[in-house]
Amino acid sequence: MISSAEFTIKTEHLAVGYSKFPIVNDISLIMRPGELLVLIGTNGSGKSTILKTMAGLLQPINGQLKILGSAAGSLPKRVAYLPQHPVSTHTLPLRVRDVVAMGRFAHLGLFKKPTTHDNQIVDNSMHLTGIDSQANNPIRDLSGGQQQRTHLAQVLTRQAEVLLLDEPTAGLDINGRKLVAELIASERARGVTVVMATHELQDAENANTVMLLAQRVVSIGAPEVALRDEYLRECFGFTQPH
Amino acid sequence: MFIEPFVDNEFLRLALAGGVLVALTCAVAGTFVVLRGLAFIGDALSHGVLPGIATAMLLGVSGVIGAAVGSLVMMAGVSVVSRRFRLSGDTAIGLLFVGMLALGVMITSRSRTFVGDLSRILFGELLGVNSGDLVLQFFALVIVAVVAFIARRPFLLLCVDEGLAKTSGFSSRLFHNLMLMIVAITVIASFQTVGTLLVLGMLIAPAATGALFARRISTVMLIASLVGSISTYVGLLISYHFDLAAGATIVLTTVLIFAIAATYTEIKKTIADDGHGEHEHPHTHAGSHIR
Repeated sequence: MISSAEFTIKTEHLAVGYSKFPIVNDISLIMRPGELLVLIGTNGSGKSTILKTMAGLLQPINGQLKILGSAAGSLPKRVAYLPQHPVSTHTLPLRVRDVVAMGRFAHLGLFKKPTTHDNQIVDNSMHLTGIDSQANNPIRDLSGGQQQRTHLAQVLTRQAEVLLLDEPTAGLDINGRKLVAELIASERARGVTVVMATHELQDAENANTVMLLAQRVVSIGAPEVALRDEYLRECFGFTQPH
Repeated sequence: MFIEPFVDNEFLRLALAGGVLVALTCAVAGTFVVLRGLAFIGDALSHGVLPGIATAMLLGVSGVIGAAVGSLVMMAGVSVVSRRFRLSGDTAIGLLFVGMLALGVMITSRSRTFVGDLSRILFGELLGVNSGDLVLQFFALVIVAVVAFIARRPFLLLCVDEGLAKTSGFSSRLFHNLMLMIVAITVIASFQTVGTLLVLGMLIAPAATGALFARRISTVMLIASLVGSISTYVGLLISYHFDLAAGATIVLTTVLIFAIAATYTEIKKTIADDGHGEHEHPHTHAGSHIR
């Protein structure tokens, strides 16, 4: 169980974007251990930009952003990021196990030799995502869904305190989606804070906080508040069937 | 016929030793060139050294020093042009590549033996390799192998995704530059043997052959070493018996081996795809460890 800090993610009037051009302005929120923040919006609404900024891949344009009390990107052992389209691995001569094991590199650095404990974490992550039967197969021979499970296993291998997941259910079938929901629940039970970007409204059901985005923060709060009809209409042009 | 030329001629033995050292160095650096998609920048680096070597030749200084200065200018130029002028990487590389090549030809044209000098730089002089060149190539191999071993984890992450390297706590810029540095060292150490134009073939073809079959980066390097070394031996033998340019014959051999390997894997894949509907392939199980 991860020790309970006062907050794991804190933003104050955060503006995110590319170069000096903001996409989403004035994001203020606080997340605590074990909480789930779901970012919902259409393509280009700013979900991925927020996650990339939290991962330290983009600099905040304005405002404050603290992850586990430090600047974003400065704690690679404690924060794990799953990009929207994990790239390139389909052309590389790598086995599934080698791709999953890369998740431990943040802990191993340049020189540390992997221990039995590291190998157990890799095996366990592959087992949790149901990819262990493919461990020795080349990742380039797998389907899109199996590749996504491999990348999810890589993220779990980090054993992080904050998970930043950009559309983790992309390319997964119903079983895969159920698996992701279960993984997120078990990580949260361990005290891990999860931030997830998604197009699916049903992914927000178990969230502590939902942020509805349309190149600005349309609404933020508990699901029943943030997903009110007027906000959904503003964001997507339609409402949920009641 | 296969051994005697090397027993009878010292220059062929030296050429074989030099060629194998270049093949091994290119196998290590070339694996990252192929897997990270750096073929164009590798091409540009190999041509970017031309003005440096030409200037060194005119001044009577070692071509290696000129090549080192040329590659440094090229690497710095690509970095500055792509960052400051908001151009895509390949546009910046293309501009510098052509500029440096033209400058190299202009400088070489000041030489009285213009054609001979240019040909020597571009295509190498493998049959003129001496023991001093072998020492240089050996040190280049050691440096490239040591750097690749130490930086194997960030290099692997960079091959997958620059963002993954960064979020794993490795400076993507530092390790990208380090990767370029080992490519530059390989080019510098190889220009005497296969020349700046043909070194790209040694960097790409053996590693690309390895990537067709391997499931691990270390296996790509191993296959690339074998392909490069065998090509050196076969190429030298053919060039000896048929009086052909040694460097070009070696590089053409590597490309032919790649073509045969690629055809073989395509045929194998087609047969496997045809039979897939009838039989499901069993999958192997986990059992190895993190490297």
